[in-house]
Amino acid sequence: MTGREFSIGDETLQAFVDERLDDERRAAVEAQLALHPELAERVALERRQRAILRSRLKAKFAEPIPTRLRIANLRAARRTSWTRGWTSAAAAVALFVSGATAGWFANQIGPAASPPAPTVSVAQGAQAAYRTFVVEVAHPVEVGVQQETHLLQWLSKRLGRKLAAPDLSPFGYRLMGGRLLPGGSGAAAQLMYDDASGRRLTIYVRAAEGSETAFRFQKEGEAATFAWIDQGFGFAVTATATRDELLPIAEAVYRGLEGKS
Amino acid sequence: MADAEALLEPLIPALRRYAYALLRDHDAADDLVQDTLERALSRWTLRRRDGDLRAWLFTIQRNLYVSALRQGQRRGAHVELDEATTPSTVAQQESGIEVQDILATLDQLPEEQKSLLLLVGVEELSYDDAAKIMGVPLGTVMSRLSRGRQRLRALLETGRTTLLRRVK
Repeated sequence: MTGREFSIGDETLQAFVDERLDDERRAAVEAQLALHPELAERVALERRQRAILRSRLKAKFAEPIPTRLRIANLRAARRTSWTRGWTSAAAAVALFVSGATAGWFANQIGPAASPPAPTVSVAQGAQAAYRTFVVEVAHPVEVGVQQETHLLQWLSKRLGRKLAAPDLSPFGYRLMGGRLLPGGSGAAAQLMYDDASGRRLTIYVRAAEGSETAFRFQKEGEAATFAWIDQGFGFAVTATATRDELLPIAEAVYRGLEGKS
Repeated sequence: MADAEALLEPLIPALRRYAYALLRDHDAADDLVQDTLERALSRWTLRRRDGDLRAWLFTIQRNLYVSALRQGQRRGAHVELDEATTPSTVAQQESGIEVQDILATLDQLPEEQKSLLLLVGVEELSYDDAAKIMGVPLGTVMSRLSRGRQRLRALLETGRTTLLRRVK
């Protein structure tokens, strides 16, 4: 010991204040502090401040969790807002089919309503994404077709599924590019196509529950969608088109995405 | 998703404590925690399974707080910030003698120091986790922690001396 020289680093002192040193190192710090009363006082003060801060917040920590922060409630709230979206769309479809059934359907809507079928939520997500980006003039896509390889690799990686861009030139549509979106509890990919007249079409893919379903048709405003589930992923083709125009395209996309074309 | 409830709920009291220490307003604190949990739920499948869930949640919450703080600063006159510039005098006048609310004093520290004193000193996160939450190297964490504690000590000491002068 060379007397007054203090040999403990500042980081060790912080760890001492935080009570994170093992016995041996703590003893070493204490021994040093004993020789430096002024420093010892400062360190003691910092320890006391830490203790005061902790005790000041103790009561807050002990409070029961408020109802609104319970996970089950937060999730129910998410599901309700989501459900509300699809139920109104579904109700519109039902209304279109028959006024009487729509009335019956409305009775089923509410907190007790079961979650939407995966195809419905995929179609909803696809239509929301379509509405958002199809009108976009400056940045319709995040990555353009010039970087098609990179785009598809990137989206495939984020989706956890190999994604191909189906060839829709027989229908007059060519690939513009794509983007990554939030979808359900993970990521969604959107590929955008346009034709010579500037009409746009999107393919939307995201993880979804379920193994395989038939095509489901849904129309919201002018946007028509065919959605289906295949091997844990939901797919949707959306365009401003009639059912009959869109169906062959959806079939081509189905084959193209599966590499079956 | 089924495990979200079991994993998240035990961590809520600590999130509420950190939020309250930052905002000193019970309702605003719970709003912040709610935003944090909603964001966590929406990104649940994207979180790193091998990462520490607690550190992840504190990261989300702190980022939300910091961006709200920035928005408030851009807006200019924000009650929270006005209050933050003169908290200790108010606390002194109200409390009279020696009790100075440590949270009000803490509020006079820059956010990085304030958050560190809370995350390390109260929430007992490791220095490494604190570095990840704050997005800075470990060395920066240690020096900020040291400066923050020094500053808090100075503020509390000045508080005491001005108070003594006023009482005389």
